[in-house]
Amino acid sequence: MKNRIKVLRAEQDMTQAQLATAVEVSRQTINAIEKGKFDPSLPLAFRIARLFELSIEDIFQDEEAG
Amino acid sequence: MNTQNDKWSALTRKNTKHLAYWTAAWVLTMAVVAFGPKFVWNFNATVSVLFIVINTVIGAGMILANKRYLNGLDEMQRKLSLEAMAIALGVGVVGGLTYSMLDMTDILSYDAEISHLVILISVTYLIGIIIGNIRYK
Repeated sequence: MKNRIKVLRAEQDMTQAQLATAVEVSRQTINAIEKGKFDPSLPLAFRIARLFELSIEDIFQDEEAG
Repeated sequence: MNTQNDKWSALTRKNTKHLAYWTAAWVLTMAVVAFGPKFVWNFNATVSVLFIVINTVIGAGMILANKRYLNGLDEMQRKLSLEAMAIALGVGVVGGLTYSMLDMTDILSYDAEISHLVILISVTYLIGIIIGNIRYK
């Protein structure tokens, strides 16, 4: 699953650690999500989306759907 | 919100510390039970039973502390731990029974000890955690 977290973070001048703290996960987890190595659960995806004031679809894209 | 986040980080740190304390206490009482009869209380059964009970109670505390620690982890850390535990359990069961069969058939020149199995499970779990951390880095 692809995502725009790195870009959104950069736009808000936010570090991985700051985002991790804001959504209550470890920095390692944010790093793995950004690199596409780990897909977040729906509640975590909602927390990230809420933080950036976007919808989940605006942040996460299903690669299989093209 | 920041207060909530600080609370989460503090809770994770607290859970980790508690698990370390319980584990250290369990290992310490285990050492007391292992060496105490010979070096301290001259195989007095009452004292041995007392320390075995203390060790078991602390062991139960360690199990609960480990459960709390796992529940406090985030979802990726939990997945990583679950995978490492699955491998450790599999290696423990398969490796343990193979080791036991080698002992029963007298292929081993020494007795298979439970401590060897504990070491195997612990080392496998540790390797699983290290591999998981590298994989999700």
